[in-house]
Amino acid sequence: MKKLIAISALAVVAMAGAAEARDQIRIVGSSTVYPFSTTVAEQFGKTSSLKTPVVESTGSGGGLKLFCAGVGVEHPDITNASRAIKSSEIEKCRKNGVTDITEVKVGYDGIVVANSKDAAPMKITRKQLFLALAKDIPAGEGVFQPNPYTKWSEIDPSLPDVRIEVLGPPPTSGTRDAFAELALEGGCKKFAWVKALKKTDKKKYKGVCHGIREDGAYVEAGENDVLIVRKLEENANAFGVFGFSFLDQNADRVQGSLIEGKEPSFDNIADGTYPISRPLFFYVKNAHANTIPGIREYVAEFTSEKAWGEDGYLSDKGLIPMPDAERERYRSEASTLTVNVGM
Amino acid sequence: MNDQNAPTRSIDNSTAMAAVQRSLGKRNRAERRFRFFGIASIGIALALLMVLFWTIISSALPAFTETSIDLEITLPADEIDPQGSGDPAVIGDANFPKYIKRAMYSLFPEVTKRRDKKQLAGLISPGAAFKLREHAMSDPSLVGTTIVLRVPMSDDVDQFKKGQITADIPESDRRISDKQIAWVQTLTDMGLVHQGFNKTFFTAGDSREPELAGIWGAIMGSIFTMIITLALSFPIGVASAVYLEEFAPKNRLSDIIEVNINNLAAVPSIVFGLLGLAVFLNFAGLPRSAPLVGGMVLALMTLPTVIIASRAALKSVPPSIREAALGLGASKAQAVAHHVVPLALPGMLTGAIIGMARALGETAPLLMIGMVAFIVDFPGNFTDPATVLPVQIYLWADAPERAFIERSSATTLVLLCFLIMMNGLAVILRKRFERRW
Repeated sequence: MKKLIAISALAVVAMAGAAEARDQIRIVGSSTVYPFSTTVAEQFGKTSSLKTPVVESTGSGGGLKLFCAGVGVEHPDITNASRAIKSSEIEKCRKNGVTDITEVKVGYDGIVVANSKDAAPMKITRKQLFLALAKDIPAGEGVFQPNPYTKWSEIDPSLPDVRIEVLGPPPTSGTRDAFAELALEGGCKKFAWVKALKKTDKKKYKGVCHGIREDGAYVEAGENDVLIVRKLEENANAFGVFGFSFLDQNADRVQGSLIEGKEPSFDNIADGTYPISRPLFFYVKNAHANTIPGIREYVAEFTSEKAWGEDGYLSDKGLIPMPDAERERYRSEASTLTVNVGM
Repeated sequence: MNDQNAPTRSIDNSTAMAAVQRSLGKRNRAERRFRFFGIASIGIALALLMVLFWTIISSALPAFTETSIDLEITLPADEIDPQGSGDPAVIGDANFPKYIKRAMYSLFPEVTKRRDKKQLAGLISPGAAFKLREHAMSDPSLVGTTIVLRVPMSDDVDQFKKGQITADIPESDRRISDKQIAWVQTLTDMGLVHQGFNKTFFTAGDSREPELAGIWGAIMGSIFTMIITLALSFPIGVASAVYLEEFAPKNRLSDIIEVNINNLAAVPSIVFGLLGLAVFLNFAGLPRSAPLVGGMVLALMTLPTVIIASRAALKSVPPSIREAALGLGASKAQAVAHHVVPLALPGMLTGAIIGMARALGETAPLLMIGMVAFIVDFPGNFTDPATVLPVQIYLWADAPERAFIERSSATTLVLLCFLIMMNGLAVILRKRFERRW
């Protein structure tokens, strides 16, 4: 028994030593980019002689934190993000020696407000969405009051006469950040004096425009979008907030609400007329490109026409492609791994 | 016994009997009620269990069949290998999706519009090209010939053939169009479409295409992780239990240790993940996503269970056995090693297996150390990136494609089978080897 323990302990130590070198790309980051990143990784692994990259879904913020932790095999090579890198993150990266970063924009994603097919589709504006979901709403010039609305119809008679009940992602999610920024802030800005607040008291402005009510009208349903779709099916009066790809895959069960008269469709998101859409990115650590095999090839696969093009396999997975010129620009930057972050 | 009181009691015999008679019905009813509540509770528990099993099994069953098609594919030598080198590396670079598409177009020559062609090609899984590539690379002599290969169809066709998508909902709302349904019908009438046992599910690794996804990678990961967990938690757990139970002096320090071990058994498992992240990854610099680290974290989690079970097993060995050994001149260590531990071993093993069963179903601590990841390649050793069965369930339950839901249920079923096997083994060990005194 003693011998066995000694041998297994030795084996463990020996294997830990062997793990120093790495011949496999490691990718972390956003759960929204995860389905696209994994599809490319799989395609790359199956059609090349290199190993399939390992992709972890850590959220945009979590991914950038890992990515910026340093240079070396124990740190990831690429991070996916559903928002652009923040200046504080660039600073952190630089402090840890991660200086050369290439940003690659991969396409767009729409955030939809959807409900069950059993109910009528809703037509709503961003301002109405803000009034329905904000924690505090403007009550006359310079004054805020806690959100008094309990029914959609109290905001506007054209909206359904049911209780406000919206299932959405928790604060840790990039989808939530984007929803707050694009939908709620977009509606918030429609109040001229609130918009003026941005210049005088930015903190207050952000607190008001991004604050989501906590009195039960907005239900945090976890990161699991499948769960939200299932709950919408059961409750025809509830609405859900999630990414376009889930609407695309579940079009027989749920329908997207029309925002400012625009339907959340592939075409409307691609040409930018649907108001709640956001760009998706990934970031490459250039210092790894010469030590970890396959990084250039992976980036080339991701930026190839057959992947992210109009008819590429990523569009089948719900990614909304960028216009031709933009694709061309990012492809050329990606192919040479041009440093385009933090300059 | 007090004989003096007996006569005084017998005086009221008749009244006492009357009192008994009066309350008898009530007491009987109370008894029946009590039994009924007991049976009802068991009934409710069983019914809930049945509902659980029924939902899992009924949603899992479709995952065990797959839809495939026999395609006649031409492999033109002048495009794949113009020099005729027969080198698999050259062949591997060919555009295999194109040959799959051509094979489909040749079945329906009347389809000419670009949009329709795309839909037609969409009936076949992207995995078909991977399979064809592998096939051609393993046998370069096939280049230049026409072969018939059974390739998987797309998950949408598969869902349609299984009745998960029906034709009676509006076309815009389903993932398969009217045209595609008509083509599938024609292909079925031609006898090309087959539905059979889904071997892929048990032999493949993870994939973004439901029809190509399998659990073998996760099973391998679970096995590697469990080996580490067992190799660490069992010897350490048994050694600590033996020392604490047989040798440790009973003082305040050993009391504190005991309380701490009992507390650790109730600590939420994610805490062990945080510990693993801080100690094994950040401090010791071990690789992320490795079964080695996963096994170490789960071993920490299992240790209290093993120690508590082992101590209970040691306690149940009667002191007379120790005393007999000591009386015959054995040293304390000999008495423990030769007599007490062998007699307690079945109980210790049972505890270890139950602890392992819990570790097998654990996801939360692995989240922190990067084992919740998309990993396609099979792990070959303890430091390769790997995932485990419950993580695979979690990942698939979160995927947008509908066909992953049934695969998630099927994986749950496989995991349940492993758990039942392990718990069954624990029961058998206890029944066969445990001695009662």
